[in-house]
Amino acid sequence: MAAPLAAGTDPRALSWYEATARQRVAALADPGTFHEFLPPTERRMSPHLPLFDLPRAFDDGIVVGRARLDGKPVLVAAQEGRFMGGAFGEVHGAKLIGLLRAARDLRPAAVLILFDTGGVRLQEANAGETAIAEAMRAIAELRAAGVPVIGLIGGRAGAYGGGGLIAGTCSRLAVSEGGRISVSGPEVIETNRGAEEFDSRDRALVWRTMGGKHRRLIGGADAFAADTVAAFRAAALDLIGRAPAFDLATLEAEQARLEARIARFGDCRDATEIWARMGVNDPDAVPAMTTASFDETVARVAEAHHDAR
Amino acid sequence: MESLTFRHTTEKPLGGTAPSAITGVVASGNLEILLERVLPPDACEVAIETPIAGYGPVWEAVVADFVARAQPGGLRISINDGGARPDTVSLRLLQGARLMEA
Repeated sequence: MAAPLAAGTDPRALSWYEATARQRVAALADPGTFHEFLPPTERRMSPHLPLFDLPRAFDDGIVVGRARLDGKPVLVAAQEGRFMGGAFGEVHGAKLIGLLRAARDLRPAAVLILFDTGGVRLQEANAGETAIAEAMRAIAELRAAGVPVIGLIGGRAGAYGGGGLIAGTCSRLAVSEGGRISVSGPEVIETNRGAEEFDSRDRALVWRTMGGKHRRLIGGADAFAADTVAAFRAAALDLIGRAPAFDLATLEAEQARLEARIARFGDCRDATEIWARMGVNDPDAVPAMTTASFDETVARVAEAHHDAR
Repeated sequence: MESLTFRHTTEKPLGGTAPSAITGVVASGNLEILLERVLPPDACEVAIETPIAGYGPVWEAVVADFVARAQPGGLRISINDGGARPDTVSLRLLQGARLMEA
């Protein structure tokens, strides 16, 4: 289904952060190849939101379908972070899980998940939590069957809550500076542990703790993309080509990587301390670095490169 | 939630052949508009779901203005509103009609 775009705009030059889920999918895929499953005309909407007198969306905040990426068949799911924070409700979750299960039969070159979510939708929390668990299981089964699952994270809602958990099960992740990956959000941590533990209004602190650059430096994400659809497309193609096998060796490598990480950085009080210990020359300069100079910094950091997951 | 439906007769059908289009997002101060070419060429129906009750006359005026300007004959238009202002609604309706003319 058509997505609006101003005349003369190059879709690949769109800001990933600013684009809608539909614009991202249309511009990410080879032109004209995206075919949506359960499009808005099917009106597969939330059965729960009317009970709360809340407006629904025709696609329940997620766009799913098949497309081609550089000629290769892929399945794609894109969350709309501006509808209820991209949160997982019953229908939203079922569309993602259905897509992942379909991939077991269709065996595409990859499944791409364009995360943009605050986690579970509180108004349909039980269904949302179940969806998170089922999505993680479906991803594990899919990876075991040899289909890579690539997460792309650069939307305004980030990948939080259950979305952060699902991201953790993906084969590979690409993240932009604006993208954030975590489980408990800044406000949640502050509410539970106090502003001394984590000041959610300190945006610089939030970004250097959960933001794309930190996630890339510590190896949580495997690629750093500039904030354009073109950069995410290039990152996705690259990551599909080097997705790790989902076997015992990969899982043991991941366990060893995480154990080494907590042993080496567990006493750090701030991300800048971690970056300094990794050998980044001027840790305070990292947040303001351009993509090009950040790429050079990443290239020199051993922790950023691994075959685990 | 308040449900509103407005039916209009147009002088001509909307040009173009796109069977459907969607624009906008259900977010605060925004709305999504789904357009489908499923009605007789001189008919237009606009169905609105909005959490902000009591603005029926404003919706009626905005929709009537859109129908007069765009002549969207043949379209069934469905709106999920997130509390958009009348100017935003107008803009999205015209955006939607433009997509259908493609």
